[in-house]
Amino acid sequence: MPRWLAHTIVVAAFAGAIALAFWRVGYDWNWAAVWAYRQKFLQGWLTTVALSLAALFASITIGAVTALLMRSGVVLLESTARVYVELIRGTPLLVQLLIGFYVVASAVGLDNRYLVGTLVLALFSGAYMAEIFRGGLDAIPRAQLDSARAIGLDPWQTLRLVVLPQAVRIALPSVAGQLVSLIKDSSLLSVIAISEFTLNAQEVNSFTYSTLESYLPLAAGYLALTLPLSALSRWLERRFAYEAA
Amino acid sequence: MKLAIHGLVRRFADPGAGRPPVTVLDGLELVTGDIAALVLVGPSGGGKSTLLRILAGLDVPAAGSVAFDGEPLPREEAALRGYRRTVGTVFQAYNLFPHLTALENLLLPLVQVHGLTEAAARERVREPLERFGLAAHAHKRPAELSGGQKQRIAILRALVVQPRRMFLDEPTSALDPEMTAEVLEMIGELRTAGTQFVLVTHEMGFARRVADEIAFIADGRVVAHAAAADFLDRCADPRVRSFLRTTLQQ
Repeated sequence: MPRWLAHTIVVAAFAGAIALAFWRVGYDWNWAAVWAYRQKFLQGWLTTVALSLAALFASITIGAVTALLMRSGVVLLESTARVYVELIRGTPLLVQLLIGFYVVASAVGLDNRYLVGTLVLALFSGAYMAEIFRGGLDAIPRAQLDSARAIGLDPWQTLRLVVLPQAVRIALPSVAGQLVSLIKDSSLLSVIAISEFTLNAQEVNSFTYSTLESYLPLAAGYLALTLPLSALSRWLERRFAYEAA
Repeated sequence: MKLAIHGLVRRFADPGAGRPPVTVLDGLELVTGDIAALVLVGPSGGGKSTLLRILAGLDVPAAGSVAFDGEPLPREEAALRGYRRTVGTVFQAYNLFPHLTALENLLLPLVQVHGLTEAAARERVREPLERFGLAAHAHKRPAELSGGQKQRIAILRALVVQPRRMFLDEPTSALDPEMTAEVLEMIGELRTAGTQFVLVTHEMGFARRVADEIAFIADGRVVAHAAAADFLDRCADPRVRSFLRTTLQQ
């Protein structure tokens, strides 16, 4: 059976089951009320796209730098990177957002909540990225480094030509998964009153009392971002595919 | 090449914490004549691979001196890197870069380290790829090559930079007999063409064919060292005799 057909059948069966559940509870649909707010949905969705994109690039940069610091051989840098990763991964994003915005950002006089929110999100995701990248770097056998030294590569060439191309290949699926998480985690930015997708859906809900009509488009809007990302990741995996020798 | 090693010491920290370091090379002494091929033999863990790594500029001894043709090996990493660029090293497990094709593995050092243009590098590797019957495999990744093909590509990668000498660390011990034969044949051809090398191997028949001198290394020292035929036929040392007996029985 071709894969697209299998996907279609599974999606149809799943949608059917959900539809059946809605029919059983006899939900009273009121799409018209929500439709009136379609501009608000679009504006929120675009904000989420912009925030996520910015946080995505920032978190990859932060993660790469942190992973390199972890292996720098300089105790203070390694310790800084480790403490950062453990603190961030060990605490809820909600707490980080509240402290980051109401305490840290206020203390330094930073009052652009979009900037602060994006930064906190990038720092949050960057800690996970750092661990993913570190895993990728650690997975390169020592023999590869020996080989690179033997042919006379310097440390920077070794990193660029030997280590990174292999580490990226190893880390790619996890990075894509983390980026999907990042997009969904951006919904928490609503707690510091950033007018992103989720906050707008909540507002529409409170205006119209049409809960599901507000939140179903929300789910669809996130899927519209995360599914292409997964597809892109699978395509990249195939492009970089090689078996370990 | 005339190799002179004096008082070479190398210790490794014991993996068990708190224990004293393990001495792998224990004041090793070895002075060769002006020869083309030196073969190192001896039991596993005796120190021959560590010695080869030091000769290849990949490891630094704690004490002692090494000189090729009167020229001492450098000790600082930057100078060692310069030295490594003038020699070729082949490992037991090929160590090709798995994300690159065989051809790209060959081009990488030529372009990135030795400053050749892409076109000049391709021209440089074309003939050797043909000569060793590897041209048809040039665009395969290492995972698609047999063990023998991988090892021959690894030898070519070390060879095409035109090194002053080559270091080969048990290049056939990961291979089955048929592939061993094709790799040894290639090394034999290099020998005929005048390439100088230091080779660690357990293939005593091959050692007889290519070696000028053979040194037997055990417990971090040279136990016996002689011209190849003398070593194989007339060495009286009981450890060497016993080693040769068991190796030849295999």
